[in-house]
Amino acid sequence: MLAFIVRRVAIIVPTLLFVTILIFGLQQLLPGDPAVVLAGEERDPNVVAYLREKLHLDEPLPVRYFYWIKGVVRGDLGDSLRMQKPVSELILEKLPVTLELAGFAIVIALLIGIPAGIVSAVKRGTAWDYGANVVALWGLSTPNFWLGIMLILLFSVTLGWLPASGFVSPFEDWRANVASLIMPAFVLGNAIAAVLMRHTRSAMLQVLSSDYVRTARAKGLPETSVVLKHALRNALIPVITLGALELGTLLSGAVLTEQVFSIPGFGKLIVDAVFNRDYAVVQGVVLFTATAYIVLNLIADILYVIVNPRIRFG
Amino acid sequence: MATIATALPTRAPPLAGSPRPHAVRRLLRRPAAAFGLAVISLFVAVAIAAPIVAPYDPLATSWSAIRKAPSAAHWFGTDEIGRDVASRVAFGARASLLAGVISVLISLSIGVPVGLLAGYAGGKTDMLISRLTDALLACPFLILAIALAAFLGPSLTNAMIAIGISATPVFIRLSRGQTLAVKAEDFVLAARAIGNSPLRIALRHVLPNIMPALIVQATLAIAAAVIAEASLSFLGLGQQPPAPSWGSMLNTAKNYLDQAPWMAVWPGLSIFALVLSFNLVGDGLRDALDPRQT
Repeated sequence: MLAFIVRRVAIIVPTLLFVTILIFGLQQLLPGDPAVVLAGEERDPNVVAYLREKLHLDEPLPVRYFYWIKGVVRGDLGDSLRMQKPVSELILEKLPVTLELAGFAIVIALLIGIPAGIVSAVKRGTAWDYGANVVALWGLSTPNFWLGIMLILLFSVTLGWLPASGFVSPFEDWRANVASLIMPAFVLGNAIAAVLMRHTRSAMLQVLSSDYVRTARAKGLPETSVVLKHALRNALIPVITLGALELGTLLSGAVLTEQVFSIPGFGKLIVDAVFNRDYAVVQGVVLFTATAYIVLNLIADILYVIVNPRIRFG
Repeated sequence: MATIATALPTRAPPLAGSPRPHAVRRLLRRPAAAFGLAVISLFVAVAIAAPIVAPYDPLATSWSAIRKAPSAAHWFGTDEIGRDVASRVAFGARASLLAGVISVLISLSIGVPVGLLAGYAGGKTDMLISRLTDALLACPFLILAIALAAFLGPSLTNAMIAIGISATPVFIRLSRGQTLAVKAEDFVLAARAIGNSPLRIALRHVLPNIMPALIVQATLAIAAAVIAEASLSFLGLGQQPPAPSWGSMLNTAKNYLDQAPWMAVWPGLSIFALVLSFNLVGDGLRDALDPRQT
């Protein structure tokens, strides 16, 4: 087990190294003198000089990368020129909002995706199966920003039930907080529900045809018990691991959803940074996201091995 | 040597009795895939014939027709400066289809050779390429596309490049995996035994055999690229106004939901219909090209 973890961690080190090179390399795409471009539209000579010194732009590229990575390792992702704050501070400020939204979205995705996948597998070839597949295809094909706009049109503009935009902290008013997050969380959870449904269906179909399920049925156990107690427990193992891969969808979706619903989270931070030409923030957000993705997948892999003895002892 | 060469097949064996014409027939026999193909053809026809089928100039403003509801004169209504929504949707199909196809071509043209190289060469080359692919895959697709588009500058061309690069690692991984499977086949061994160069083996024997998987992935990737282009345009990083694009139309429409909801309905429905169609065709192709299917 320990050997597996060590091997797995050893693999992510070069991956993380490449991620940092890639993100550092983004700066090289800027046309012209990076210091001038990074200084924004004002192009204040003092700022340009400060940036040239801070980013070591007079040094060769590998040396600049070395200085940059040294800062990253210490948690220094640079400073936001627009907001005059360290990027890491900005990320930590906005992250709780996105995490709450993502948490709600995951709950919605699980509530829709898993039951739909189970029903689809158990009732294979019936109208239920086709219905669940249509819902999954709908989830995969609907742009979430359009779904968000349509929900605003229905529930805010037409019915007046929910706020069209904005965010209320749960510490201020938890009811208003839930009301402000229902629509965005549904929008975000919708696409993930579709993926979860497909994974659950295929895992359930595989498990339902296995010998131990046949034995459980032969023992005369009720079908509900066979499906929910015996089959689902094993089918959910790969679903959870594959679900961890959906973190990317969640974060990409959060960018658009937060934009549609004006939620001041992580996604809105990167979009605002793009328009303010606050490139250090863009780099910082991408680096943070990629690192989080790698680490969470590592945790999912380890959990998969822990809960699946066939791999642990294989 | 001659014995080995004659005993082993020297060309890639046709998959399950030359399946490609059959695969097309099998694809068209699937109602969902045939429907998807018909909708895509319709969008392609509209995009090509946009100057003929669009009732108005998509850029022409009319101060007397601001935010008019759908009518006989304006089937999909008009927008905040009196432009015809139907005409803009028709011309917007060009940006979406172009972005979908070109970005996937960019991904294919980088991803397939690199994946072939990794799978065929193996060793350190494979390890280096695989780690680089992992690094690219660790950056969520849209976030990487946004970052690239931000650094390259907002335009439809840069959005296509950004989407294409962001989607490349999937093709590298797929080509590599397929190459590893195909290179262990007897016909590749035979081709090597009779002295074919690695390049020739990769291009003449391996590539044709990994094509079915690539075609399926490319079709599904077009669907993802259409959504990505619409997303970037929605955020202001794709097609720049006043040129029509479904994503930027939705961005404007969200400010007029209470006064002109039709502005948001049609571009969104168009994205949905096109993406759904590519997904249906992709799913159909996966089944039709699967040799286990009859």
